[in-house]
Amino acid sequence: MLKDEDKIFKNLYNEFGWEIENSLKIEDWKDTKNIIAKGREWIINEVKISELRGRGGAGFSTGLKWSFAPKEVGSRPHYLVINADESEPGTCKDRDILRYEPQKLIEGCLIAGFAVNAHVCYIYIRGEYLNEGKRLQEAIDQAYKKNFLGKNSCGSGWDFDIHIHFGAGAYICGEETALLESIEGNKGQPRLKPPFPALVGLYGCPTIVNNVETIAVIPTILRRSGKWFASIGKPKNTGTKIFCISGNVNSPCNVEEEMGIPLKELIENYAGGVIGGWDNLQAVIPGGSSMPLLPKKICDTITMDFDSLIANKSGLGTAGIVVINKDQDIVSCMARIARFYKHESCGQCTPCREGSGWMWRILDRAAKGNATHSDIDLLSDVTKQIEGHTICAFGEGSAWPVQGLLRHFKKEIDKRCSNDPLVKKKRNIPYLVDQHLLEKKDNA
Amino acid sequence: MSLKKIHDKQPEKFLFSDKNLQTAKDILKKYPEKNKKSAVMPLLYLAQKQNQNWIPLAAMKYIAKYLSMSYISVYEVATFYSMYNLSPVGKYFIQVCTTSPCLIRGADKLVKACKEKISPTESQISKNGNCSWIEVECLGACVSAPMMQINDDYYEDLDEKKTIEILESLIKDKPLKPGSYRGRKNTAPENNKKINGEKYA
Repeated sequence: MLKDEDKIFKNLYNEFGWEIENSLKIEDWKDTKNIIAKGREWIINEVKISELRGRGGAGFSTGLKWSFAPKEVGSRPHYLVINADESEPGTCKDRDILRYEPQKLIEGCLIAGFAVNAHVCYIYIRGEYLNEGKRLQEAIDQAYKKNFLGKNSCGSGWDFDIHIHFGAGAYICGEETALLESIEGNKGQPRLKPPFPALVGLYGCPTIVNNVETIAVIPTILRRSGKWFASIGKPKNTGTKIFCISGNVNSPCNVEEEMGIPLKELIENYAGGVIGGWDNLQAVIPGGSSMPLLPKKICDTITMDFDSLIANKSGLGTAGIVVINKDQDIVSCMARIARFYKHESCGQCTPCREGSGWMWRILDRAAKGNATHSDIDLLSDVTKQIEGHTICAFGEGSAWPVQGLLRHFKKEIDKRCSNDPLVKKKRNIPYLVDQHLLEKKDNA
Repeated sequence: MSLKKIHDKQPEKFLFSDKNLQTAKDILKKYPEKNKKSAVMPLLYLAQKQNQNWIPLAAMKYIAKYLSMSYISVYEVATFYSMYNLSPVGKYFIQVCTTSPCLIRGADKLVKACKEKISPTESQISKNGNCSWIEVECLGACVSAPMMQINDDYYEDLDEKKTIEILESLIKDKPLKPGSYRGRKNTAPENNKKINGEKYA
């Protein structure tokens, strides 16, 4: 259990107030000038020592990412972009940071901007978070008034400006290159990588894109040392993390805890337990809807960190924990997630655009009990054809939850897929799509 | 990518008001001079706000000219993003989140309430003419599920009864306050009062 003094987000629940005067009392902007004076290399090295992994879902080492930015500024300026396009179902941690801890984010932006040689930072907030965005703008204005931003920010000699750019309801803009496209004024469709944004990003210039939570923990890490951060949690999965616990629990909540905390402890201690008791648990989605769900058997012992979840063929993602109890129909619950991905696919790559619709229709059929035996094979076939065949990770994000369902709840789907195939073998009509599956079954 | 219908009755002209022209100038300052195009999303919002919460084609043409972009690139952006309304919506525009975390906490009851109180189908303006509702994907307030957004504000921790109360208040044109309807001021755990420091809001 995380000690009170080791919590980074002391105002996560707005008990001290969000205005800059209150933030200063909880040590935001303390010694920022001295931190910057220690230089770029020291900052990046300290972040590397802390073993901080990006909090946006992929879990890439932040220090390493920063070191990819060119050391010297060439003919093109550098940019820092903050990804606050939080739309992963089950995740609402960034919203609380924007509402209640804006100064941590702003201070982090200045330090990160200095570390990657950027004078301008764009914060991309999802359009629905209009009030949160307005709050952040107020906080930015307060920081400008105190000369923490602008020319010679915080007396560090570094000029730094922050602008907010609102999205408009596209989940895909949480993908870093789609986000850059969106800031440039285009449709949010991801770019092919490489080149990576660190070299060719916003307006073709070197750009570092980081999640809100990643940037907001940076000032505290640098004040208290990377070693301190690395001492919390597990090796390679260090530090604290905001977990969002939603779904069928008695009191859904956001809570900051150390990485590697057992899932059961999180749910029982903070979220008031599963509705109907732990035995009523059916499954948990551990990291936002893109991550495969885990059945109760695994939930009993699993710890919440990147590596142990990967070992169980899932992932920490954004740490948005969705608890599903036995009162829910797991198939229709996943069918709804499939519908989400169908709705949010940007339409650029065929496997994802078409496949997400296929997955939704098959799962919807199954949920209503209208599916056939062959639909299970077809479904798993479709997920395999999406995975790895798209420009961005949205393909995996849409296919993995369905694969998780097939892996852990095959019996449940089997029950629903009881209808006979529409086409029987004896009526061999070659142009019907599910014909090949029938033949395969017969041969086996 | 969402399916969007262009409204069949389009106004012929659209111009930014003087106040919005000033705002547009301020918006342009945020972006490098040669990347004026970046301002297309904020300007579309501006147009939407000026025109009763929906964007006519004339506004897209106007913005295209204003930013020296082609009309089709503005059209592309306006149709790609789901928050740009291309046909009229109610004065109170209700968006009910129905993605799984909300659904398993009873978002379907909110939808039912909307169907009964406002209109039987989505995007249809209510009889008295001031409300319309749609189902949307995750609004990012999952620990306060089920929830809905009315214009810019979040109404959280709802149930069927409270939703009906809110909807009725909208129909009477006296909207209830946004926020949590279970008395929460933040997203803290409810039954464990001492977690992050001592006192609680």
